[in-house]
Amino acid sequence: MSTVYALLFIVATLVLVIGLARKIIQYAKTPAPLKIPTTPAPTTQAGVVMRLFREVVFFESLFKSTKWTWIFGWMFHMGLFLVLLRHVRYFIDPVWLPIQLIQPFGIYAGFAMVLGLAGLLVRRIFVDRVRYISAPSDYLWLLLLIVIGFSGLMMKFVAHTDVVMVKQFFHGLWTFSWGSLPMDFPLLVHLTLVVILMVLFPFSKLLHVPGVFFSPSRNQVDNPREKRHLAPWAKALEEQK
Amino acid sequence: MAKTDFEVPELHEYVDVPALEEGVMAHLSPFVAKPDHQEPLNFPGELVEDWHDKTLAKLDDLRSRYRSLQVYLDACVKCGSCTDKCHYYLGTKDPKNMPVGRQDLLRKVYRRYFTFAGKYFPKLVGAEDLTRETLDDWYSYYHQCSQCRRCSVFCPYGIDTAEISMAAREILDSIGYGQKYCNEIIAKVFKIGNNLGLPGPALADTLEGLEEDVFDETGIEVKYPLDVKGADILLVTPSADFFAEPHVDGLIGYGKVFHEAGVSWTMSSHASEAANFGMFIGSYENMRRVSMRVREAALELGVKRIVFGECGHAWRVAYSFLNTLAGPFDFLDPDYPVPQHICEFTNDLIEKGKLNFDKSANDHMTLTFHDSCNVARATRMGDKPGGQFEIPRAVIKAVCNNYVDMHHETIGEKTYCCGGGGGLLTDDLMEIRVKGALPRMTALKNAVEEQGVTHMAAICAICKSQFTKVLPYYGMTMDQIVSVHQLVSNAIVLTGQKTEDDESEEQEAEG
Repeated sequence: MSTVYALLFIVATLVLVIGLARKIIQYAKTPAPLKIPTTPAPTTQAGVVMRLFREVVFFESLFKSTKWTWIFGWMFHMGLFLVLLRHVRYFIDPVWLPIQLIQPFGIYAGFAMVLGLAGLLVRRIFVDRVRYISAPSDYLWLLLLIVIGFSGLMMKFVAHTDVVMVKQFFHGLWTFSWGSLPMDFPLLVHLTLVVILMVLFPFSKLLHVPGVFFSPSRNQVDNPREKRHLAPWAKALEEQK
Repeated sequence: MAKTDFEVPELHEYVDVPALEEGVMAHLSPFVAKPDHQEPLNFPGELVEDWHDKTLAKLDDLRSRYRSLQVYLDACVKCGSCTDKCHYYLGTKDPKNMPVGRQDLLRKVYRRYFTFAGKYFPKLVGAEDLTRETLDDWYSYYHQCSQCRRCSVFCPYGIDTAEISMAAREILDSIGYGQKYCNEIIAKVFKIGNNLGLPGPALADTLEGLEEDVFDETGIEVKYPLDVKGADILLVTPSADFFAEPHVDGLIGYGKVFHEAGVSWTMSSHASEAANFGMFIGSYENMRRVSMRVREAALELGVKRIVFGECGHAWRVAYSFLNTLAGPFDFLDPDYPVPQHICEFTNDLIEKGKLNFDKSANDHMTLTFHDSCNVARATRMGDKPGGQFEIPRAVIKAVCNNYVDMHHETIGEKTYCCGGGGGLLTDDLMEIRVKGALPRMTALKNAVEEQGVTHMAAICAICKSQFTKVLPYYGMTMDQIVSVHQLVSNAIVLTGQKTEDDESEEQEAEG
């Protein structure tokens, strides 16, 4: 059984990495033929980095829009971020100091994450406009993440799993010498759903993660009068005549 | 009140986000382009037989040429942030007028044919087959979008529905299902030189008339030159400026400013149009072809600078795209940005103290300013981000004593579209134009009632025409919309011009 999980994780990682890399290459290779930053926009590259930083870390645009969506969305994402950092300890030995330091915060982050997700789900169900635009997959993603978070919290607070064994398993994956996983129900649920998430990531709306960095309305410098911005296909058009 | 076959929304203190009512705007579509309108733009004359495959091929082509389209089709998480941001949704309650609802019309087809999930699990991810009805839905709802970009301000990924609606219109054009209004106009630009089809001699006549009017009013010979070779500045302005009210009062103002600046300037009969509807239909090729006229005119006339008149989307094409589409402009004076906005030009002179104003000439009005969507969210003026908000206001405040802003949620980058932009300024779309104006009309009405505003100034030909038509539906009058350079024109004191004070002094001396 542990071997099955080991193989699942290896495959899932490959799908995730290759799938994402393909999308990122596609985004990077597709030209943006016109300057279309949503203005007012930064006039320097450093300004663009700051704009993206605010967008990615604070969800600036969402904050301007809807405070409820912002607060739930931000709680979920920041919670997830800390939880992921906390999980790094399962993959490295010795554990880096910063990862050690965030361990206690990571626990609370788990609650924030599930709470934020629950808020988003409630919003999706009860706000008529959001319900109208939701496909089944939109609900399923939220449920998937909630169950991942919930099963994780179960292992921390209700039915402890042997985390030493878990660490041996994941740390061993690096060298293809995994040990055995504890056969605890919450853990198996947790890991199965994470595998599903990893595999589906490159084929889903989770592409907003790379997407935000490639969004021309956010990542372009506002300097069209100073610099021409000619896409290769547009240049070809120019050479025709 | 104009007669209507639809219900005009009532104005309240706030625009409430309405509960959605599905399909209430499905009946509204603009007139379809005829072969005469399509073919000059290199589009098929009528719907092609293999539209299904052609549609998908075009979508595939566009997503490989536009990063925006590819990323925006993928990245939406359906968070709902944009759902209450579109003036057309607020005014119509139709969920397909929510930005994401509008995007999904195309996204559903993209997912069905170009994504793994949509190919194999369409129901799960809301992917749908492309049918003949899909095309009609696109035609209807992608012509209920003014491409104003308000949604993109609030989207956490900056997804810009304008990009999607431009792509959708480009696809429709490419299968022979174009919109009459836009395509007829672009064909006219190619043939005659401007949107309104005014030939060169008519322009010359009009401008001569303006010179006479200004002379009668001021006693000064202000010139409105056409096709003058060797002039320093080429002015490119929307053709509505040549005769429509209040546009023409703005043109009179530009002329007075140039006169006082002591620069030589000219307009061009070849590029007698600032507007570029090629943008509205998302056609890079046509937008480029329309833009090239400006370059050709500048070369032919041998000017050193290019200045654009008051027009919103034209300023977007000019500021953001012109250098790319028709550049490089290395034959122009490198000391000035190419192109400049007339407000930048006027503001520079004001800052240098080169213009004299009698602000009391505008004392019969209390002004507010409508930030035009394309200027606000797709361009800049001056050196600093946000100059597009400050510079027009600085110009107005320099020539008017009474100025107030509308509610802060309805101006600046959050400004509401007039309701007539993006190729919607046609009578066959009057219902969506009136309903889409609701948020702006609400903010204006509040400013009228609470702050005594009498007039709203704008720097966009479409905004001015739209408000002229729409204000009466909301119990206001069409002359409440004015041009910014109309205000400049009212207040400017030309060198040698006798003001009323001078005249009364003279009379006293004589008496």
